[in-house]
Amino acid sequence: MNNQKAIQVSGLTKYYGETLAVDHISFEVEKGEIFGFLGPNGAGKTTTIRTITGLSKPTSGEVSVLGLEVSSKILEIKKHIGVVPEISNLYDELSAFDNLLFMAQLFGVPRSQRRKRVEALLKMFGLFERKNSLFRTLSRGMKRSLTIASALVHEPQILFLDEPTAGLDVLAAHSLRNLIHNLREQGITIFLTTHYLEEADFLCDRVAILLRGKILKVGTPDSLKAVAEEESIIEFSFKKGDYQFVKDLSQRLPELKVVPVEETKIRIYGGIPSFVFQSVLEFSKEKGLEVLSVNSIKPTLEDAFIKITGLSPTVMRVEKEKRTNASG
Amino acid sequence: MRRDNLRAIFYIVLKDMRTYYLKPPAISWGIAFPVVWILAFYLRNPKSFEELLPGLVAMTILFSTTAAEAVVINFELRLGSLERLLLAPVSLPAVLLGKILGGALFGLLMTTVVTTGSAIILGAHPQVLYLILIVLPSLFTFAALGALLCVSVKEVFEAQTLLNLPRFVMIFLCGVVYPVSAMPKALQYIAYLMPLTYTVEGLRYSFTGGSIYSVLIDALVLVGFSLIFIYPAFGLLRRKFE
Ligand SMILES: Nc1ncnc2c1ncn2[C@@H]1O[C@H](COP(=O)(O)OP(=O)(O)OP(=O)(O)O)[C@@H](O)[C@H]1O
Ligand SMILES: [Mg+2]
Repeated sequence: MNNQKAIQVSGLTKYYGETLAVDHISFEVEKGEIFGFLGPNGAGKTTTIRTITGLSKPTSGEVSVLGLEVSSKILEIKKHIGVVPEISNLYDELSAFDNLLFMAQLFGVPRSQRRKRVEALLKMFGLFERKNSLFRTLSRGMKRSLTIASALVHEPQILFLDEPTAGLDVLAAHSLRNLIHNLREQGITIFLTTHYLEEADFLCDRVAILLRGKILKVGTPDSLKAVAEEESIIEFSFKKGDYQFVKDLSQRLPELKVVPVEETKIRIYGGIPSFVFQSVLEFSKEKGLEVLSVNSIKPTLEDAFIKITGLSPTVMRVEKEKRTNASG
Repeated sequence: MRRDNLRAIFYIVLKDMRTYYLKPPAISWGIAFPVVWILAFYLRNPKSFEELLPGLVAMTILFSTTAAEAVVINFELRLGSLERLLLAPVSLPAVLLGKILGGALFGLLMTTVVTTGSAIILGAHPQVLYLILIVLPSLFTFAALGALLCVSVKEVFEAQTLLNLPRFVMIFLCGVVYPVSAMPKALQYIAYLMPLTYTVEGLRYSFTGGSIYSVLIDALVLVGFSLIFIYPAFGLLRRKFE
């Protein structure tokens, strides 16, 4: 089992009735890496995690974890994986301590080690002082931390994190990301999904960009950024926003990609810089729009994302309506 | 593997007792409802109450187990925490068995209180062995029936509403209030298709005496019913995770 891949997925496809949620995806996750699925709402991230962890059956395709087939060896696999779902769904009625203790009991952690492990995890996640607080009374960030801690009581080799920081404030998200980063240092393989580009960039050794159930690109964050570097990116700020202008400009420059990034900012991908400058300046004069600034941009993962998916990054910022749906 | 499953069943039951037994729907449908009915019958006619006792104990078993199933299953289904149990290295039947035993245990507590209470007040002397023989399979059967209906809906209130259909049909047809033998022939046939009839009958033997074979037959029929309920319940739960 030692030189096995942590996760191998080949041709994975999942239909929910008529809906195609995941469309023939294949990828591998190496032991010890942090692998991220980056994609907007409905891309199929959660569905992929559910099929790898045995909560949902693939329509077709093969999935194996630590060299074991999910379809036949799921009970053995479950001993070695920890799963953090999108929703922090521990028990409101139990304290932080009792929630972790229950997970330790459920996963068969030897009695002599249960308390020790639970306490160590509470300390690691900064929740030791709150160990007797009911789950219901914890803050959102604390709930998220405890949910992650609960997936670690049985010392899994692989940790699945479905949007670990969604809906958290900047500070809480930052400290959780550091914790996740430290878990990798302890040798845990991590598979995470996110729609935060900066999170994928900061945490992941490799990222797969997922859109409408398909993987568009897999690579290190740097290699993905390099995709965007092949062409120029120029950002224009205007005095006021005008979406019609973006449309008209795209029509005027059909071979370039015009993307609104903020209400008063657009980015133009590709083309020869001097030609782009001139065309946009002329066009904005025609439309009576005042250009405030022009910048040439060093590509970020965001730009790579835009280039690869053709989507504006605003789709990723849409605050999602949280499904409390458990079935599937 | 077996050990993993047994351990999980044990801790699931323990956790459910702590988290769910005191939830309002368990108390209102599982405790308050049977107690109020029993008091109503007692106050109306204390003299003939003894005759009604087997039926009322049966009703207590039916309501307390099914009400408890709705809380232990649907609170978890709604919040998605049932998935937490299914992510443990445990089989799906073990998780559902844990849930069924949790409901049966709640019913056992209620039934013990109700039976001992009424026996003391009325000075009745039921056959304890008969009682055990009939009450245990009954608890398991009605918990399994509860589980079967509860896994097909999401919310606790939906589950309670759905459960009320078999509950009330059985209360009226299975000899809880009117003896089955006094009903029209056609209804009698229907009555014998329903598990509560066998619970009431077995309990009647326990309170008024009868041969142990009759009690054993009732118990066996109930075991049969529990299997009829439990296998489809596994299937329904499995379907939710496809
Ligand atoms: N239980 C289900 N029944 C029917 N359709 C589903 C179910 N779960 C997901 N889908 C559909 O499958 C597609 C992929 O959903 P999925 O939840 O995997 O996306 P996601 O990438 O996790 O999105 P998000 O960022 O919103 O969490 C969507 O079109 C969704 O509507
Ligand atoms: Mg998701």
